[in-house]
Amino acid sequence: MGLARRLYRGEIDVDFVGKWRLWYSLSGLLLAISLAGLLVNGLNLGVEFKGGTIFSFKATQTSVQEVREAVLDEGVHQVIVQQAGTDGWRATTESLSEDTRAQVQSAIAKDFNVPVDQVSIQAIGPSWGGEVSQKAWIGLAVFMLAIILYLSMAFEPKMALAAIVALIHDLVITAGIYAWSGFEVTPATLLGFLTILGYSLYDAVVVFDMIKEVTAKLGHTSKQTYSMAANNALNHTLIRSLNTSLVAILPVAAILFIGTTVLGAGTLKDLSLSLFVGMIVGTYSSLCVATPLLVTLKEREPKYQAIARRLASTGGGGKGSGKGSKGSKSAAVAKG
Amino acid sequence: MLLALILALGGTMFLQSAYTPKLGLDLAGGTTVTLTPVTQNNASPPEEILDRAVNIIRDRVNGTGISDAEVAKSGDNIIISIPGVGQNEAIKLVATTAELRFRQVLAVAATQAPQDLATNAPTPGGTPSGSASPSASPSASPTAQPSTSQSITTPSASPTGKALSSALTAPTQSASAPAQGSADPSAKPTATQKTGQTGQDGKTGQDGKTQTAQDSKTQTGQDGKNQEQGGKKGQEAKSSPTAKATPSAQASTPPAQDPNAGIDTTGIDPAVLQQFNKLDCSNPANRGQGVQDDPAKQYAACETDGSYKYVLDVAKVVGTDIDTASAGVRQGTTEWVVQLDFKSKGAGEWGKLTTTAYNSPEPRNMVAVVLDGVVITAPVIQSPIPGGRAEITGGFDQLSATNLADQLKYGALPLKFNRSSVDTVSSTLGQDQLEGGLIAGVIGLGLVVLYCLLYYRGLGIVAVLSLVVATVITYTSVVVLGHNAGFRLSLPHIIGLVVSIGITADSFIVYFERIRDEMKEGRRTLRAAVEVAWVRARRTILIADAVMFIAAIVLYFLAVGGVAGFAFAMGLTTLIDIVVVFLFTKPFIALLARMKFFAKGHPLSGLDAERMSETSSTGRTTTPQEA
Repeated sequence: MGLARRLYRGEIDVDFVGKWRLWYSLSGLLLAISLAGLLVNGLNLGVEFKGGTIFSFKATQTSVQEVREAVLDEGVHQVIVQQAGTDGWRATTESLSEDTRAQVQSAIAKDFNVPVDQVSIQAIGPSWGGEVSQKAWIGLAVFMLAIILYLSMAFEPKMALAAIVALIHDLVITAGIYAWSGFEVTPATLLGFLTILGYSLYDAVVVFDMIKEVTAKLGHTSKQTYSMAANNALNHTLIRSLNTSLVAILPVAAILFIGTTVLGAGTLKDLSLSLFVGMIVGTYSSLCVATPLLVTLKEREPKYQAIARRLASTGGGGKGSGKGSKGSKSAAVAKG
Repeated sequence: MLLALILALGGTMFLQSAYTPKLGLDLAGGTTVTLTPVTQNNASPPEEILDRAVNIIRDRVNGTGISDAEVAKSGDNIIISIPGVGQNEAIKLVATTAELRFRQVLAVAATQAPQDLATNAPTPGGTPSGSASPSASPSASPTAQPSTSQSITTPSASPTGKALSSALTAPTQSASAPAQGSADPSAKPTATQKTGQTGQDGKTGQDGKTQTAQDSKTQTGQDGKNQEQGGKKGQEAKSSPTAKATPSAQASTPPAQDPNAGIDTTGIDPAVLQQFNKLDCSNPANRGQGVQDDPAKQYAACETDGSYKYVLDVAKVVGTDIDTASAGVRQGTTEWVVQLDFKSKGAGEWGKLTTTAYNSPEPRNMVAVVLDGVVITAPVIQSPIPGGRAEITGGFDQLSATNLADQLKYGALPLKFNRSSVDTVSSTLGQDQLEGGLIAGVIGLGLVVLYCLLYYRGLGIVAVLSLVVATVITYTSVVVLGHNAGFRLSLPHIIGLVVSIGITADSFIVYFERIRDEMKEGRRTLRAAVEVAWVRARRTILIADAVMFIAAIVLYFLAVGGVAGFAFAMGLTTLIDIVVVFLFTKPFIALLARMKFFAKGHPLSGLDAERMSETSSTGRTTTPQEA
């Protein structure tokens, strides 16, 4: 109960900034694993990206569930079952080999009691083709540029840079998890990614706003280095970050739980999984990547180097970013 | 204000009797169409042309950006899936070839069998009584008087009405001057045209089709007369339309049976002239869309409603010369116009074409707008139009103007397509997924509520109520947008909305934490703390929301299909967040701060000073440097 109570009272004091080496190595490792996964395995792109095979047939008295099972039984990984008209059925799968196609065709014919030649096979191209993906990438690039511009104006360029790096960090790691796990990437998954973008930025912005407020008062006489102040600010918004993340993750977790346990593969799982993973990574990165990165950038500035040197010589602030947090937690509290 | 907003949205819902959001393809199913390219000798079209067609169709169906349709290639075919059942109109539109060409008119004649007009008057420019261009005349304000009786009583006005019903002008003039442009400004059309327009405008946006058909019906009789006039458009001198329109139109009655009577045939390819003479525009088969006219040749064509046929010169300006197109209401009027911006090369050509036409005798002072081989409208050129901007007017209603603008904007399909199959399909998502999602959403929200109440106690109630308000506004907005802007909810949208609740909740959390900070300092009363904390929290909330909003805007404008819809939902919830926090949460907390329960820091209020700040007293004193 101790931790919970401390959290509630805002008494926690984690040295996020001081442990930057730990976070950087951890993130570096995760990024490397993710990139390796993307290179080795690649993403398991859905029908919407790669195109696929459509089986259409007419059958009375069957259900989406039955058709789905019949197709999946033949070693197919992805299937979207739709009813077309009154008794027409349409099962869209990933691109299948000649053999598998024939297999699925005969399985459908047998299971639903239709002549084999009445099960038509049609190859379909991607509905999210190259041009769409290209536009999406352009959108992403422009989006990042716009955010950098905005944050540079609202805060400062270094904060914008740190926020964007954290963002890319989140994206790469989430994508890496998809690559390694082999979960299917559908447009729904992509939308999940986009939500993460907004979410991760939102979190970083709230933290940076606090850092800006706290560090604005740093001057020649201050007894805090930039890293200490930033760490204070971070701890100060920690409860908020955790609360926000929890509130956002709870519904996603519920959807993921239902999506995986009760329903199995499907849009719900695709979407909630990317969100779930992305949110956890996003919360981690705004605490342990964005802020330490910002501090690393800022501590190079002469103004803050001077403070750090002075404090180091007087022994007032401990070693750089390291132990500064003892007296400073309360400082942040007082600041409000 | 908040109440007003909710009431307004709720009221709109009530008025439209629409209480449920429109759902996307994955949730509600839709209409799937297979388009088969029509090529000469049935050869497969080149891959890249097919790809181009796919992209154009995709742009068209997702033109609004929020409709969530799917377009995929299947062999040589293109499969389009549009959410909603019975979207045949939409499909027809997206599959329209829509190659636009501007051709100078060389000759014109009215159709011989006007009966047909009554039933087949599909598109804009065809209605003789259409929106007469005198839109600038102030009396053009809609009086919703049916045009019917009046039009019939003054048939003689109809050629003028026809002529003036469509015009191409440089938009710069359009605001103040009548569309006649350089023409005699006194050539104010008669009351007939005005009422003709009002009649139509009364129904604008509702059902252009029906109205158009009606109008045509009333005109049938007139057209019967008009055809006797031979080169009927020839009557419309740009110098003084009124003068000619009434008396001379009836006076000059060349024999109706001689097809070429009154037609100046100089410069017309005899083959085309023959084609023209044979052309029977009363037969709808001769004016169906999808004819590929060769832009390098002269061409005989019908008007979309079959009322006139034309000999047209080679196309000097074509659809690809157009940069963008948009539909809008001309300033100060209720007249729908389509505005065109030409690319630089197109602008030059356009200037030349209009100059040539302007300096030609009638009817060659008209430039026909030919879409898919059919003349949409053949406005009289009122003045040369340099500068690359132009407006097409002529009996458009909102629907037809928007459709045309979209077709022009999203380019010409490089292929002609046949619809080989139209299917109504169920949702791509199983019913189980939808139900599962809803159950999970409810569970998730329940957890959020529980957590808020446990953690923030009394303040949790504020949070929960704020969430409820946000949910109500979101729901009503989605319903209203679904019915008015074609916004369709797909599952990702719903999840996005649920997640954005987390972001909405963040605004409260930021604010609550600030209040708690203030209270921990213990220097202020709750009422003061609420205000001080608000100033600080407000800034954070606005900056963070601005980031979300930028994200939404960029993604909306640059991305496609589902992503745009998603971005739209994201922007919407961000706005709603701001509205709720400013208009509900903050005032509500300020109100609560007056209550003893909160102000005194009751243990259950969430602002219990004792529990929050056992240790902060030390904290306060040890930080002189910061305060």
